[in-house]
Amino acid sequence: MQVGTVFPPQTFQVTRADLVRYAGASGDFNPIHWSDRVATSVGLPGVIAHGMLTMALAGQAVACWVGGTAAIVEYSTRFANPVVVPDDDKGTEIVVSGVVKRVGEDGVTQVDITATCNGDKILGAAKALVRA
Amino acid sequence: MGRVYPPTPPYEVGREKIREFADAVSASDPVHRDLAEARAKGYKDVIAPPTFAIILSQNAGQQLVEDQTFGLDYSRVVHGGQTFRYVRPIVAGDHLVTVMAVEEISSRAGHAFLTTRHEVSTVEGELVVTIWTRLVVRGEG
Repeated sequence: MQVGTVFPPQTFQVTRADLVRYAGASGDFNPIHWSDRVATSVGLPGVIAHGMLTMALAGQAVACWVGGTAAIVEYSTRFANPVVVPDDDKGTEIVVSGVVKRVGEDGVTQVDITATCNGDKILGAAKALVRA
Repeated sequence: MGRVYPPTPPYEVGREKIREFADAVSASDPVHRDLAEARAKGYKDVIAPPTFAIILSQNAGQQLVEDQTFGLDYSRVVHGGQTFRYVRPIVAGDHLVTVMAVEEISSRAGHAFLTTRHEVSTVEGELVVTIWTRLVVRGEG
């Protein structure tokens, strides 16, 4: 990996069923992730994906690019915009792209991550440090 | 600020929990499911995806929600950001204890910003991962 290397974008489809599955697996049962009634009552346009699900999917893209999940030694992000997931069979789509920002002499490489949904940035300053 | 909470009870990391979490986040790497594959990579058991540690952070964070003296209104809380710094991956069979500390509180434009740090170690005392969770508490009105 060299500075400036651009990884092939990865696309993830996210449906309501995926949100329910993630809620159960993670233990995060906040109703804004499954109830339109609660989501709209707090000013959201509708049910939104868990930020941590988005972060996890972007992490999978990184794992795929760098040849395995165990290479990731540090991973951080801000949550910039909510991912609204409509109640239909298609759900929505998250596109994750990445670029090598820095290759350290200590063997640690920084990958900067961009994640978008319908063209909006959903993660801010997302980066992974990987030991390749 | 600077408040440190008591260690959580140990959380036992199970193979099936790792598999369930890996399925939920489309984690396809065989090291999450295949013991032989994980051992071939040098781990004593299957390993968890990087964000699995959020489960430990959430469990410890419950202390903050239940702390009456802290006065956190959880209905106003939005997840602002998240960082994981790993010493090694979480492995099935780990018994993990989390110590949470309130690292930073600030306010800006009517909202409060809260950063908690969670140090996740084995019951034997080996640090596995440090987690920073950044929450935004939206102001009223």
